[in-house]
Amino acid sequence: MDLQTLTYIVVGASFALYIGIAFWSKARTTGEFYVAGKHVHPLANGMATAADWMSAASFISLAGLIAFLGYDGSVYLMGWTGGYVLLALLLAPYLRKFGKFTVPEFIGDRYVSQTARVVAVICLLVISFTYVAGQMRGVGIVFSRFLSVDITVGLIIGMAVVFFYAVLGGMKGITYTQVAQYCVLIFAYTVPAVFISLQVTDTLVPQIAFGSTVVDGGGFLLEKLDQIVTDLGFAAYTSGTKSSIDVFFITLALMIGTAGLPHVIVRFFTVPKVRDARISAGYALFFIALLYTTAPAVGALARLNLTETIQTGPVGSADGNLPYEDRPEWFKTWEGTGLLTFDDKNDDGRIQYYNDANAEFTATADSYGWQGNELSVDRDIIVLANPEIAGLPNWVVALVAAGGIAAALSTAAGLLLVISAAVSHDLLKSTFVRDISQKRELLAGRISAAVAILLAGYLGYNPPGFVAQVVALAFGLAAASLFPVILLGIFSYRINKQGAIAGMLTGLGFTVGYIIYFKGVFVAPFAENIAENWLFGISPEGIGAVGAILNFHVAIIVSALTPAPPVEVKELVERIRIPCGVNVEQN
Amino acid sequence: MSKRTYWQDNLRLVALCLVIWFGVSFVCGILLLDFLNQFEIAGFKLGFWFAQQGSIYVFVALIFFYAWRMSAIDKRHNVEED
Repeated sequence: MDLQTLTYIVVGASFALYIGIAFWSKARTTGEFYVAGKHVHPLANGMATAADWMSAASFISLAGLIAFLGYDGSVYLMGWTGGYVLLALLLAPYLRKFGKFTVPEFIGDRYVSQTARVVAVICLLVISFTYVAGQMRGVGIVFSRFLSVDITVGLIIGMAVVFFYAVLGGMKGITYTQVAQYCVLIFAYTVPAVFISLQVTDTLVPQIAFGSTVVDGGGFLLEKLDQIVTDLGFAAYTSGTKSSIDVFFITLALMIGTAGLPHVIVRFFTVPKVRDARISAGYALFFIALLYTTAPAVGALARLNLTETIQTGPVGSADGNLPYEDRPEWFKTWEGTGLLTFDDKNDDGRIQYYNDANAEFTATADSYGWQGNELSVDRDIIVLANPEIAGLPNWVVALVAAGGIAAALSTAAGLLLVISAAVSHDLLKSTFVRDISQKRELLAGRISAAVAILLAGYLGYNPPGFVAQVVALAFGLAAASLFPVILLGIFSYRINKQGAIAGMLTGLGFTVGYIIYFKGVFVAPFAENIAENWLFGISPEGIGAVGAILNFHVAIIVSALTPAPPVEVKELVERIRIPCGVNVEQN
Repeated sequence: MSKRTYWQDNLRLVALCLVIWFGVSFVCGILLLDFLNQFEIAGFKLGFWFAQQGSIYVFVALIFFYAWRMSAIDKRHNVEED
């Protein structure tokens, strides 16, 4: 069977599965629509959280990002996993005990302020829409690459599937489809990873292959990699180029941002008990870690594989580079997509792949007769082309397509749900139409989910030029606005609404301002985005951590200067700190 | 009274876990990277291993450890659910 047909069958079967689950788990009450009736088993919630969290970017781009960044890529590995420790220890159990439906609802109740709640809703909408646009784009890209359909058609099919189970099933439908999507995506990720580790190191487990010796001699994988990439003028794989302070703050911002993302927090509202919320965070991180510890291994294996495919002999020898005529089959396939391009700058018919941006290496390159790097490789190839590079059968390639789509759809659905809950529950029910019936609120939730999907689809089809820049913004915002006020709301009796609002606005304003200053969103950047210009050498990616620190300080100082919150707040805080006791449910 | 000691036990456990969390990632994986990279164990430079593998394993273990210890603290202070 040819690849095309096989991919249609595998992707089609996975869609049939998701839609079947949607029918089986239709939401009937607002409780089921927002938090799956709080009946989700902690293990199932762990899987659903993992799928919710791991986006198209984690699945498609992470390994490639690390392959080309080496040690510097560690910020994503530590940052996107360490946040779960904060979530499990500092937020999830208490918010579960609080027992309501949304993150802004907690902020509104704890600070007895509609204003605080609306500010939280605004932060939530900005964060979630930024994110969801990228997911829809990811769906379109995977479709167009593997199924040879137009990006627009792929986008519409993806929207239709998400529409079906998110609108119909709400949180309940999303939860169980995410469990299925996790299984699809982790299987699709692991199979090629196992094959490539067998091929390069003759070791079955990628995490172990990462520290093993390579089969063709030359010692340990990482030693060999360090050697060959430095010979080609790149930074050593295991040491990196970013300054320590920048790595520190980017990691911190990603961790705090992860813990402050509403679509992740809300998953812990769906389990039956406080105890379940704690253990469920453990399961979630375990399932995430399966991919996050495999990705750096895949990155290193693939970087070596790719480099050795091009650099066939000693660096600098006349016939040490692969002649373009002899390029392998997968090379030709991916040239067709434009993700891999070759430009024979010195007209020798051979491919030179090295770091021509390294000024110290220029003289060496000249002495070899090299006149510039001739190969440009898109990082997404590392995962997408891996099965072909490793010569795996077609069904594995089809599986990777289904896995990429599963990763994008599961994250998009989770984001759409928090958007619709924020609109129907936080804005409509609690601010504008307080006496709305449950049935009408449910309808409003479905309508806002549908509108959010259309808007997300539009953003995915027609991505604003700043999408790439605002990924930093989504994490920075979550870190600088939501996380500190939720944390202080649980761990302090004294923080009041003035403090919380001032804190959120300061964190928000500072972080957005800093990112716009260097990256420019809607306007041109005010200063060049280079280390010399940064505050304390911290890049815009890491500034959310500084925003969070500012938020904490402003909230504490302003609260100390204004009257203490009313006595009900103290009772609320005491209630959420202790697992036992009546769970006050809404409706 | 019991509520206060319960909360203090919780805070102590959280503090311990956060020290470990900070230690494996920010200290071993970032601040001491160059120092730890002098040591090589099982094909990995140690600092690099903490940054790309070790810290993640410790994070997973840490959450399960916290959940386990918290259940015991809940029980001791008689505040568990049901």
